[in-house]
Amino acid sequence: MLVVEDLRTPLIGPVSLSVGAGECIAILGASGSGKSLLLRAIVDLDPNEGTVTLGGRSREGMPADEWRRRVAMVPAESGWWADRVGEHFAPGDDTDALLAAVGLTDARDWEVSRLSTGERHRLAIARALLLRPDALLLDEPTAALDAEATARVEGLIAARGEAPLILVTHDRAQAGRLATRCYVMTGGRLKAEA
Amino acid sequence: MTEYIALSWLDLAAASVFIALNALFSMLLSLRLERQLLIASLRMVMQLLLIGLILKTVFAVASPWLTLAVALAMTAFASREIWARQERRLRGVWGFGLGAGTMAAAGMVVTVFALTLQLEPVPWWSPRYALPLFGMILGNTMTGVSLGLDTLHGAVHRERVAIEAQLLLGRTRWQALGPVMRRALRSGFTPIINAMAATGVVSLPGMMTGQILSGVDPQEAVKYQLLVMFLIGGATGLGVMGAVIGSVWRLTDARHRLRLDRLR
Repeated sequence: MLVVEDLRTPLIGPVSLSVGAGECIAILGASGSGKSLLLRAIVDLDPNEGTVTLGGRSREGMPADEWRRRVAMVPAESGWWADRVGEHFAPGDDTDALLAAVGLTDARDWEVSRLSTGERHRLAIARALLLRPDALLLDEPTAALDAEATARVEGLIAARGEAPLILVTHDRAQAGRLATRCYVMTGGRLKAEA
Repeated sequence: MTEYIALSWLDLAAASVFIALNALFSMLLSLRLERQLLIASLRMVMQLLLIGLILKTVFAVASPWLTLAVALAMTAFASREIWARQERRLRGVWGFGLGAGTMAAAGMVVTVFALTLQLEPVPWWSPRYALPLFGMILGNTMTGVSLGLDTLHGAVHRERVAIEAQLLLGRTRWQALGPVMRRALRSGFTPIINAMAATGVVSLPGMMTGQILSGVDPQEAVKYQLLVMFLIGGATGLGVMGAVIGSVWRLTDARHRLRLDRLR
């Protein structure tokens, strides 16, 4: 279980929530309401105060790099630091299987600069899933995808196993399909939707 | 040593005719560089005349404290240059202090090393040796440090998304910033590597040329030049590494976050 208590930064909070094993919660809200900042604070990418635990273990009790391998976040804008797709993935069968699952089997040799936004996003999700995280935070995972690609990504999300999932989305229909609970972020504060 | 040929003020005035010629071409071609040329030339004349007077006094007084004071003043001017040459700088005291501190530490260590182990003047801090040597080392270290920091800060700002993507995949700050750090180090090292590669083939260094014109045996002048180039190369490397690694440390924190809020 992923538990967030009194999490705050200068722009958001305090926020408290918990996500159980295998559960998915959706966070909706207008642009600039602080949804992405909340995910960044949970993975400790921005300075913040509050308590976050995963399976009873506090993030302060482990190095930040280990925490981010356990609680993987895929931001809305994916980052790439090498020329070819393959350089962003460790070699192995797991990678090939995941690339096939997102419909990009031959992408290893592709140049990153020639990828579409949707392809970049699918590869970024595959890259995070390869960490086999214990919890997953996705920021607008299908914002730039067509219906077929969205279905593939949602299939991956559903097949993640018992990892708790926090999904930031603008898509109410998607929240309805995937999430067991919905929250709305307004002015940095989180409120459960009835 | 043979007698050197003394220059008259008229000789210098005659040599400046070519600058005036350049200013004339600038006006004819509407380059609008004539004002800058004039100001830069006047500034150079004033600065060199002033430093000539200061050095003459400092050499005559021969006080370790006065020597140190001049060295510190040179360091302050060079530090200001490092600060001014960066498009993006660290906020607060770090913006000035990191470049200044690493440059001064590298320059002083290498200068004292050469004064005490190779040149060995009596006393070891003799301003006639210490100040010109420190000046040459400082000038080159300043260029390397400012280039290294400017490259690093520009790249970190531009490539924030790629760096944070690596941090999100569980890489440490040193792993995530490794590529931009190496690029910044290479940028800082490039001028001195190019200078060492070109010395004697493409160009005759100013110091060596000056010594030869002053009547020093060319082979002796070459030995001095080699010593100075080794010292400059060493100090530049130490300064650039200290500044770039220090800045990466400052632009991240113990929780492996990228702290762009510390960059302006």
